[in-house]
Amino acid sequence: MKDSVTKENLWLGGIRPMVASYGKLMMWFFLMTDALTFSAFLALYGAHRFLHADAWPVAEKVFTHFPFLHGDHPLLFVALMTFILIMSSVTMVLAVHHGHQMNRNKVILWLGLTIIGGIIFLGSQAWEWSHFIHGTHHGSVQLADDSIAHIIDESSILCKGDTIRYESAQLLLDQSKPIQGANLSQNEYGHKTFAQFFFFITGFHGFHVFSGVIILIIIFINVLKGTYEKRGHYEMIEKVGLYWHFVDLVWVFVFTFFYLV
Amino acid sequence: MSESGSTRQIWVVFWILLILTTVEVLLGIFKPSFMLTNYIIGVTLINMTFIILTIIKAYYIVGTFMHLGHEEKSLQFSIVAPLWVLIPYLLFILLMEASFHGAIG
Repeated sequence: MKDSVTKENLWLGGIRPMVASYGKLMMWFFLMTDALTFSAFLALYGAHRFLHADAWPVAEKVFTHFPFLHGDHPLLFVALMTFILIMSSVTMVLAVHHGHQMNRNKVILWLGLTIIGGIIFLGSQAWEWSHFIHGTHHGSVQLADDSIAHIIDESSILCKGDTIRYESAQLLLDQSKPIQGANLSQNEYGHKTFAQFFFFITGFHGFHVFSGVIILIIIFINVLKGTYEKRGHYEMIEKVGLYWHFVDLVWVFVFTFFYLV
Repeated sequence: MSESGSTRQIWVVFWILLILTTVEVLLGIFKPSFMLTNYIIGVTLINMTFIILTIIKAYYIVGTFMHLGHEEKSLQFSIVAPLWVLIPYLLFILLMEASFHGAIG
């Protein structure tokens, strides 16, 4: 693909637009539109957060678990997930690199590691979801006006920023119901749209990871069968690589806007 | 597509991403108080830092891992320009409107 467009060869045919193959070009345009989809989700998340600023949960107080460790460890688990995805992006780019050099064994090695990284990430996300769905040990209380009161200890609750003792909160608690965990209709940590956005955005991203892993497995089998060796180039690895890096890119933004900001 | 034989650039970007992510996580855990009370154009210093670091990470992922930095200029612009125009536009509309409605209840 050294044929850059000059005045001499412009009208002779056989030239690729923007010096990229059809498949690569279409993958780029697909990813550009997908980026717009994700930015719409995240922008809407931001809008709802501003709308319900007083009832919005702090993500660090929601996601504090780490496997095999007790106590609160905010951000650690999601940082590990980010690391796994960045690492799988590196192994992917190394697979593309060795594909250019037609080095089949190296492609098999790095592509295999990328698939493993993707599967570990999906497992971590399932673990994170299950903790969010099951909720804390105590749960919290949903009051009559749908706002959430958090249980502090046996004698008091935290309601809209004020600590109230049970005796004086009886009127509030009369029409309330206890809730535990989060789903699409309730969220013990705060406003319910937080849970809806969490499930939708990380779910949509997770579906991208899942389909990425499936496509990676398909091209992995093709590499094993020698399909690309016969074809004479490993461009398919490059195209799937673009998709995989995009999944990593989206996670970088989800990580920032869901967990950090 | 002149691929140099070395993988040095890939690993350099890996370390950049790792270090920036570590900085973000440490800031998120320790939350230095001066970063929470100072504002730049209405955003706390800590959130502004997160956003800038994220955009730097995105630059390296797209430029090096996705190889866009080595593609033709026309391809670079046709991918990046729509995003640079439409995403800030969308953010401006949605966040402005929502913060206004949130403020008046």
